[in-house]
Amino acid sequence: MEKKHNNLLHSLKHLVRGERINDGWTEESPSSRDWESAYRNRWGHDKTVRSTHGVNCTGSCSWKIHVKDGIITWETQQTDYPSTGDDFPEYEPRGCPRGASFSWYTYSPTRVKYPYVRGDLYALWKEELGKAKNPVQAWENIVSDPVKRERYVKSRGKGGFVRATWNDICQMIAAASIYTIKKYGPDRICGFSPIPAMSMVSYSGGTRFLSLIGGTILSFYDWYADLPPASPQVWGDQTDVPESGDWYNSKYFIIWGTNIPQTRTPDAHFMVESRYNGTKVVGVSPDYAEYDKFADMWLPAKAGTDGALAMAMTHVILKEFYVDKETPYFMEYAKQYTDLPFLVQLNKMNESYRSDCFLRASDISDQHDLGEWKTVVWDEDTKDFAIPNGSEGFQWDKGNKWNLDLHEINPKMSFIDESDAIAMVEFPYFGEKDGGMVKRGVPVKKIKDKSGNELMITTVYDLMLAHTGIGRGLMGDYPADYNDANKPYTPAWQESITGVNQSHVIQVAREFAENAALTKGKSMIAMGGGTNHWYHSDQIYRSILNLVLLTGSQGVNGGGWAHYVGQEKVRPLEGFQQIAFANDWVKSPRLMNGTSFFYFATEQFRYEYEKHEEETEWGSQYTNMHPADFNALSARLGWLPSFPQLSQNSLDVMKVARGRNSDDQAVVNDIAKQLKEGKLDFAIENPNDPRNFPRVFFNWRSNLLGDSGKGHEYFVKHLIGSTDSLLTDIENSWQPENVNISEKPPEGKTDLFVSMDFRMTSSGLFSDIILPAATWYEKFDISSTDLHPFVHPFNAAINPPWDTRSDWDAFREIAKAFSELAKEHLPAQEDLVMSPLAHDTINQIAQPYGKVKDWRKGEVEGIPGKTMPNFNFVKRDYPHVYDMWITIGPNIKNGYGTKGVKIPGEKVYKELLDRLGPSKYDGIGKGFPDLFSDKKAINAILLMSGATNGKRAVEGWKSMEEKTGKKLAHVSEGREEEDYTLDALTIQPRPAISTPVWSGLENENRRYSPFTVNKEFNIPWHTLTGRQSFYLDHEVMLDYGEGLPLYIPPITRGAFVKGEKEIENSGKSITLRYMTPHQKWGIHTMFTDTNNMVQLFRGWQVVWMNEEDGAAIGIKDNDWIELYNRNGVVVARAVLTYRMPRGAVYMYHAQDRTMGVPGNTINKTRGGTHNSVTRIYPKATHMIGGYSQLSYGFNYYGPTGSQRDTMTIIRPLKEVDWLED
Amino acid sequence: MRIKAQVAMVMHLDKCIGCHTCSVTCKNVWTNRPGMEYVWFNNVETRPGVGYPREWENTDRYKGGWVLRNGKLHLRAGGPLSKLANIFYNPNMADMNDFYEPWTYDFQHLHWREKGESIPVARPRSMITGNYIDKPEWGPNWDDDLAGGSESVPNDPNVRKLQEHIKMEYEKTFMMYLPRICEHCLNPSCVASCPSGALYKRDEDGIVLVDQDACRGWRFCMNGCPYHKVYYNWNTHKAEKCNFCYPRTEAGLPTICSETCVGRIRYIGVVLYDADKVKAAASVENPKDLYESQLSVFLDPFDPEVIQKAQEQGINNSWIQSAQESPVYKMAIKWKIALPLHPEYRTLPMVWYVPPLSPIMHHLTNEQELGVDGFIPAVDQMRIPMEYLASLLTADDTTVIRKVLLKMAAMRVHMRAKTVGGIDELKKSKLLEEANTSADELEEMARLLAVAKYNERFVIPTGRREMLDDLHYRQGACSIEELSPPEGMVTYPFERSESQ
Repeated sequence: MEKKHNNLLHSLKHLVRGERINDGWTEESPSSRDWESAYRNRWGHDKTVRSTHGVNCTGSCSWKIHVKDGIITWETQQTDYPSTGDDFPEYEPRGCPRGASFSWYTYSPTRVKYPYVRGDLYALWKEELGKAKNPVQAWENIVSDPVKRERYVKSRGKGGFVRATWNDICQMIAAASIYTIKKYGPDRICGFSPIPAMSMVSYSGGTRFLSLIGGTILSFYDWYADLPPASPQVWGDQTDVPESGDWYNSKYFIIWGTNIPQTRTPDAHFMVESRYNGTKVVGVSPDYAEYDKFADMWLPAKAGTDGALAMAMTHVILKEFYVDKETPYFMEYAKQYTDLPFLVQLNKMNESYRSDCFLRASDISDQHDLGEWKTVVWDEDTKDFAIPNGSEGFQWDKGNKWNLDLHEINPKMSFIDESDAIAMVEFPYFGEKDGGMVKRGVPVKKIKDKSGNELMITTVYDLMLAHTGIGRGLMGDYPADYNDANKPYTPAWQESITGVNQSHVIQVAREFAENAALTKGKSMIAMGGGTNHWYHSDQIYRSILNLVLLTGSQGVNGGGWAHYVGQEKVRPLEGFQQIAFANDWVKSPRLMNGTSFFYFATEQFRYEYEKHEEETEWGSQYTNMHPADFNALSARLGWLPSFPQLSQNSLDVMKVARGRNSDDQAVVNDIAKQLKEGKLDFAIENPNDPRNFPRVFFNWRSNLLGDSGKGHEYFVKHLIGSTDSLLTDIENSWQPENVNISEKPPEGKTDLFVSMDFRMTSSGLFSDIILPAATWYEKFDISSTDLHPFVHPFNAAINPPWDTRSDWDAFREIAKAFSELAKEHLPAQEDLVMSPLAHDTINQIAQPYGKVKDWRKGEVEGIPGKTMPNFNFVKRDYPHVYDMWITIGPNIKNGYGTKGVKIPGEKVYKELLDRLGPSKYDGIGKGFPDLFSDKKAINAILLMSGATNGKRAVEGWKSMEEKTGKKLAHVSEGREEEDYTLDALTIQPRPAISTPVWSGLENENRRYSPFTVNKEFNIPWHTLTGRQSFYLDHEVMLDYGEGLPLYIPPITRGAFVKGEKEIENSGKSITLRYMTPHQKWGIHTMFTDTNNMVQLFRGWQVVWMNEEDGAAIGIKDNDWIELYNRNGVVVARAVLTYRMPRGAVYMYHAQDRTMGVPGNTINKTRGGTHNSVTRIYPKATHMIGGYSQLSYGFNYYGPTGSQRDTMTIIRPLKEVDWLED
Repeated sequence: MRIKAQVAMVMHLDKCIGCHTCSVTCKNVWTNRPGMEYVWFNNVETRPGVGYPREWENTDRYKGGWVLRNGKLHLRAGGPLSKLANIFYNPNMADMNDFYEPWTYDFQHLHWREKGESIPVARPRSMITGNYIDKPEWGPNWDDDLAGGSESVPNDPNVRKLQEHIKMEYEKTFMMYLPRICEHCLNPSCVASCPSGALYKRDEDGIVLVDQDACRGWRFCMNGCPYHKVYYNWNTHKAEKCNFCYPRTEAGLPTICSETCVGRIRYIGVVLYDADKVKAAASVENPKDLYESQLSVFLDPFDPEVIQKAQEQGINNSWIQSAQESPVYKMAIKWKIALPLHPEYRTLPMVWYVPPLSPIMHHLTNEQELGVDGFIPAVDQMRIPMEYLASLLTADDTTVIRKVLLKMAAMRVHMRAKTVGGIDELKKSKLLEEANTSADELEEMARLLAVAKYNERFVIPTGRREMLDDLHYRQGACSIEELSPPEGMVTYPFERSESQ
């Protein structure tokens, strides 16, 4: 037995010699090694807890949080994911350095530990509360007095917080909300919280409250420009992509503008490892990006020119694999799963033709139910028309033929061998100038319509071949061969645009297609922010998607597109939607598209760049409309939502209309009439009217003002009302014509800005109230992602410390305070909610042929739900909002669902009652399933959703059987008994169950790949033809020349516009394209402030640029620079490198300016965020609605907040002024 | 033959995504405390680049490792006499500028600043002096992804040596990542550098440690280690270094950096070597021979004689079995695709690296050459100059690098042919011949490099604690020995060591 050692002897022990070995070179020392226990003790810990990180990174990784002595010490990744199979790489471990640094926040100096409130506001509040009769009156006294209001509004963002209590703060929020509802209407209370997938319950806490009171809930996926509009356009689907494991199944992998190692860190290994299994990898990027390290070839395409590269590849594939030599696999695929064989009418324009609408069943016969929505092919065998199953009309005709079975039909792809004529067709070509064109011969058939008129028709395929320049010996402006550099879309043509060697383009296109032919579609393209965040994102994406569609790679494991920007995938979607939007109690939440909201709320529409007025050969009607005018048109016709909806209070409107009408339809007619007569005003047409300001704003799980608020300085000036660094005014800007505007855009529109966070960000600094949130290691929640099949739980490793609360608990407190105050001040009443014509509802066949008809101009009758938004009546039981918030309401019993999938509700409601127990709270929800705690909300969501509950999955498939006439229930029957709970997911991650809510199959070690359901079971895509779309025939699309995928160069808007006073610049400066890709050391602003991330790069903020560009303005690496344009100013340090191309800079997205950012020299304000020099550019084609896949869906379709097309001036910062004492 | 077991690591650089997760998880557990702010037992360097600390490979400056003089090994920094002469001033040590001055931000200012004219900001502050600084000037990964470009890259000692091969131009850009921990060398110069005898290499697993009781803070280990992987804790005034997470490996778990590596680049396993051969192996004349001579000290764990001798010398069966299943043995010794970092330092490092592939620099333009086997490019066209890799991994011997890359490429072509088809048997056999390998070997490689499950990547026997003779006592008193001194107790009167 060991004896206690003598310290003195021990310390001299090294002098004692041990045995020498190895030729006397090595000594075997006899020294004691007792000290080694020190490190063993450090490693030891008391428990580990499974949790994850609620951040929009698409990771959703499972972590072990180590707790030692009651303190969170560190985190390491879980490694216990269910196996992917014996011969397949596993998901373990998942995580990244950012996630690994999270524990720092728990005890960090940036932690928000107590509620804070702006000192000026708090003083006013206390004072008025003492004087007024009640809190609602007190709030009114403050905000209705311009002097008082200005006192705290102008101090936003300038320090001076004081501590307060939760009770105080909740009372203030409740009073402000009730005052706002009474005065202006509930839709002036707005909430922004992004990405429910990253923490569904925390999201739902706030949206459930807003849904119950009728507040406006803002979207994020489109606002972030992460939504690829091409996805709904091509597939009628928001975004559905392969899980990362499926990359390993690919045999040819092009990485195109998504920095997989840097931003999909936990998943990158699948791509790396696939190479050892024989996969070729090609990288396309303007800089030598991290992913190029793994590529076999790097194609250095210039920023924003990806569409040109893709169109040239399309040209090669069509020519070599379709025309020169037909590839049977591709041809069969194209016939059955794409719209290529569908017939399109040609319209005569002067001496030539343009393509118009798809030919419909109703054009040739009256035999077909909903024939306007049934598209037509030419049958190669019968030499006659055929109406294949599966187009839009079959979805809604109450039959069971909504499927892709062709039966005996053999669709003809081309009329080249039996044309009636060759028509000279005009195709838009914008590669060199706006609104140009080329003319090319197209084989056509001449037919008679049902009235006997002659129609010229052709196929989408024939149009595509002509459009992409595959001559086939036809007349017209076709290129001679690949080397013809002057004609679109040859490999030589693209070289002058992209800078990529034409032979490399030919090589990659050929290999990509050859690989797909050999493997039946295992060719994949990963794409993302680099290709998506552009104004013309949809065209870039559609051009790239040509490649996966033409090679039969979509709907195949290992093939197809793989788009990763934003963690949009809420796997347990249908259950989540009920809890989040309180559908269990009330219908029709006010779901507003963020882009339009912020475009108007921050007045960016008043600062539009000049109108293009040059003569063009293409388009005219809509392309020249001011985006605000187009948006107003869109809202009026029911395409896009618009909340706040009317200048009048929706509660008052309802009260009046109800008062003078007997039944619901009469109320609808009454309100419609008032709208037509102009007695009611759309708020969107009067954005400068103080009645329409967003008065109360909740910002949670988000750093809107330091991160995603594109056009940051416009936010600061107009929404917040603090000191901004805008360098322009409206003088030289393009103003809308049909939107009423005030002479001077209003500033400081919001009365109360509330943030909830666990750390101090720019959003916190600008807020009136900051509520202290629990971190991700201190609460319960769930998260999911596109990139793996698991739903991960958050668990509290420690209880929320200090005065912090989970988001769920915080909103419960707010709901309670609200209801208590409402009992006295806000009785139950009826509300009018005007909602747009929504995707995946019957509304998507509201406006046939996609023709624009404006009821205001008398072009069509104004009918709600058809040519106008829907009018819904909702009872607002304000005094019982809390009761409803904490229980699950009875609407569930009526059944629920999403994306057209229906789940019967009676059984679900009973199961909920068993699992959650009845609420004992003495309110209107007494005895209903209890939803008081976050844990119950989690279990409710899991129980109600197919991905996490086998019974729901089977019920979902059965509902699809009815419409499609296909056997589907078997897909998930084997897993019917699976029933995930929070406890079960905490023991070990479980893979999601296949459900028709998603388009992929994922059973028995099969990796999720989108549209495999469509391809394998012949289920239609949610598009007009039911097939994957090359052609979009909406009037506005055609007006824009965007019927077919084409190349449009990135917009190059100057740093200032004509007539504007520019900043004096005596020294050297350079104007460069400014981009904000995702960064390496943070996920948006999250993690960038942790000590580890700070040390591992350079502290913030930095801008990457080419060193020759740097030399041109005389700066060295790490020098201070100033970037500015009309939108604002940023101060940062330069990172110089030759890895970047000349002419472009990367200011990595969202470093926030809370750390180490001095003042700028132009107007001496704090040198802004990465978004200080940006603004958004909404695109009208995304605002189309009421028409098949081009119908609005929340976070699903709509204008994106693209901001990539920005130029900035860069110069050295002359002096560093901290603007602090 | 004196058989020792070493727990060793392979890092597969081709898989490294440069994410630094290893650095962060390591730091959280081991160096997240006062005195250690600047310390990263594990760090990742972008190469070409200067590394951490700056230019650590500059042996002229730091004088780390061994040199051969008259056929004998000497510490480059000098022997005991010169150490004694410089004991209060070590001229070769890296200072704070070479590492970096750690900084933080004045976060609380954001919460508490009184109302003023501007948006508050948290200014940077030195974690050493507490003073405000305008901007940080250097960090442990300042040149990540070629940041600093041609202001920084030429200072990479390997670049300096190979200037004509390295072009700092956009079109010719290349980069790779080099994660580094302590090499746990077979011939550790840090151990030899310590005047106090505080550093030692553990007998049972070869992990090199600094005895925190014995360290006197002389710091000769810091630059004695040519990899610069021993650090000075300015708070305790003692040296600390990567401990290969022995509290975990003793329990059969991989190191933190390995388990948390999301690129899954790390492999841990046991290798057996003959300790009697170490000195000779480190003493071969030509540095280019050091790689082969290092390989010669390893023993074949399947050789019956080795097994018998190992057992006689107290290495138990589970360790021998682990050595047989060791991924390190396979990659470094059997397939020879993993190489030692800077073998010319003569320390016989035990962290091995598989060199990375890279995109081709000059694309094929002749369309005739675009066969299916052309999908995988040829190694001679790759962007990373072989000379650069050779400078890191083979004491400048490019033939070894070429062989490794060829084998990797052959593996990819073979696996492509197997999964996609399209390459004929004749071409395949020629390829295997050229890469000096077989289909079986390539498939085994592909399995380990691509698929390998946790238990295949990490084959770690539990620590041989049974060699202690008071396990009953330890079981009851573990970690509270201070409360339960064993004196005068008769709790376990039956305890008797086997040797008695």
